[in-house]
Amino acid sequence: MARVPVAEGVFTWPSDDPRLIGSRCAACGIVTFPTQGSCPHCSSPDMAEQLLARRGRLWAWTTQEFPPPSPPYAGPRGEAFVPFGVGYVELPGEVKVEARLTETDPEKLILGTEMELVLVPFGTDDDGNEVVTFAFQPVKGN
Amino acid sequence: MDVAIVGVGLHPFGRFGDTTAIEMGAIATRRALADAGVEWRDIQFAFAGSYEVDNPDAVVALLGLTGIPFTDVYNGCATAASALTLAANTIRLGEHDLGIAIGMDKHLPGAFSADPRLYACPSWYGELGQFMTTKFFGMKINKYMHDHGISHATLAKVAAKNYRNGVRNPNAFRRKPLSEEEILGSPMLNYPLTQYMFCSPDEGAAAVVLCKAENAHRYTDTPIYLRATTVRTRRLGAFEVHSPWLPIEETEGATVDASRAAYETAGIGPEDVDVAQLQDTDAGAEVIHLAENGFCADGDQERLVADGAFEIDGTLPVNTDGGLIANGEPIGASGLRQVHEIVLQLRGQAGERQVPGNPKVGYTQLYGAPGTAGVSILSI
Repeated sequence: MARVPVAEGVFTWPSDDPRLIGSRCAACGIVTFPTQGSCPHCSSPDMAEQLLARRGRLWAWTTQEFPPPSPPYAGPRGEAFVPFGVGYVELPGEVKVEARLTETDPEKLILGTEMELVLVPFGTDDDGNEVVTFAFQPVKGN
Repeated sequence: MDVAIVGVGLHPFGRFGDTTAIEMGAIATRRALADAGVEWRDIQFAFAGSYEVDNPDAVVALLGLTGIPFTDVYNGCATAASALTLAANTIRLGEHDLGIAIGMDKHLPGAFSADPRLYACPSWYGELGQFMTTKFFGMKINKYMHDHGISHATLAKVAAKNYRNGVRNPNAFRRKPLSEEEILGSPMLNYPLTQYMFCSPDEGAAAVVLCKAENAHRYTDTPIYLRATTVRTRRLGAFEVHSPWLPIEETEGATVDASRAAYETAGIGPEDVDVAQLQDTDAGAEVIHLAENGFCADGDQERLVADGAFEIDGTLPVNTDGGLIANGEPIGASGLRQVHEIVLQLRGQAGERQVPGNPKVGYTQLYGAPGTAGVSILSI
C-alpha cells in the first residue's frame, strides 16, 4: 500500500520537510493558498509559485463534530467519522491558511499558539492507498 | 423615484410534504396580491428568487400567463435581497409602476452542500470536509467571543429569544420554546455552536408587491416605503465563508459595506431603527450582525442581551418573527420573509408579537455564501 497526497500541488510531495505551495502576485505581493493563476487583489495574471512557511500562529478555530455531507466530503463517515479541529494559521508576512488541526480539544486550542505543518492520514482511496493531507499541530514545548 | 411596498404575502415556513416550491410561491403571491388589493393581471413585472428551482418564473403557470417581463435571480443567501433590489430599481428607473418580488425554496434537511469548484474553491477543500458554512460560522463567532468577551450563555439567550418569538408566529417552522439549558446541552456541531443554535434549511415562500410611491395610496392606507436596498459582496481581507485562505491584512465584511451604503442612501442611521430582522444562521451570527449593522459596539452584546434589549419589548427588537432560527432558511424566500415581518410591524399588524410604541423604521439584513450581504431599510 502506497501513501498518496489528497491532491497534487497542494503541498510538496514526497518530502521529509513538507511545505504548502502557495503563489505570490508579482505586481502587488498578495500571497494565496493554494496557487491561483490571477491575483484576487489587483487582477494581475503574473503569479509565481511560493513555498509557504512551516510555522505560524493560530488565528481562528472551531471543531467539526459531525460528518460533512458527502459528496463533496470524502473522508471517513458514519461510525468511522472522527471529529476534527479546523482553523486558520497565520504564516507571518505571508497568508492565513485554513487547515485541519491535530488538536480537537477546545481546552487546548488557544488563539496565538505557535503551530507547525505536518502530514496526517486522511483515509484510504479506492485503490487501497493511504491518503495523507496537511494539518497544523501545536509546536511542542510551547 | 421613491418605492413603496403595498402588499406582502407568505407561505408558512417549515416542511410541507409533496407541496412544491412553485406551489408555495403561488400561494405567497396570491396572498401578497390580496393584501395589495390587486390582481395578477395588474402586475407589470416580476423578479423571483430560488436556489433549488431553476426557473421560479414558472409560477406563472399557476397565476396566469400574462407575458410580463419576469426575471429569475439567484444570489446565495442574499437572493431575496437581490430580487427586491432589482424590483425596486425597475420602478426607480421609471420602467414600470407596479411589480412583485417573489422568493421560494424547498430544501432537504441537513447542512447545505455543493461542489466547491462552483465557488472557485479547489475540490480537495470539499473532500477534506472544510467546504462547510457551519464551520465558518463556528470559527467566526469563536474568534469574536475571544476578542470581544461574549459568553456561551449569550449565544443561548439569543437562540432562546428567537424560539420564544417563533411561538408567537403562526407561520414559523419551530414553535416550541427551548430553554437556555436545552440549547447549551444539545449536541455540539461546530464549537461553540450547538445544534439548537443553528437554523435549518427548510421550505417556504414569500412575496412583496411594490409600486411607485406616489401611487401607493391607490392600493393601501398604510404604504411602507423602501428607503434603501443594497447588496454587497466581500472585499479581499474580509473574514468570509468558503475561504481556503485569507490575506494578512484584514478589512470589514460584506454586511458592514451593505449596511453603511443603505444608511447613506436612506439618510437614516442605526439609532433611528425601531425593529430589525438580522441574519441569524446561528445565534453567533445574530450577535456579530448586531455590531456589523451598527446597532451596538463590539462586545456590548454581552450586556445588552442580558438586559433584554433585543426582545420584542426591548429597546431594539430583533428577529421578532423568530428569525431564521425559528423559521428555517428557504434561501430564495428568507429575505422576503424578513421584509414581510417588518411591513407587518410598521403597519401595527404583527398581532401577538407586535412591537409596542408604533415602530416607524425597520431594517433587514441577509448574509451568506459566498460572502454576499443584502440590507434594506423601510419606514412608514
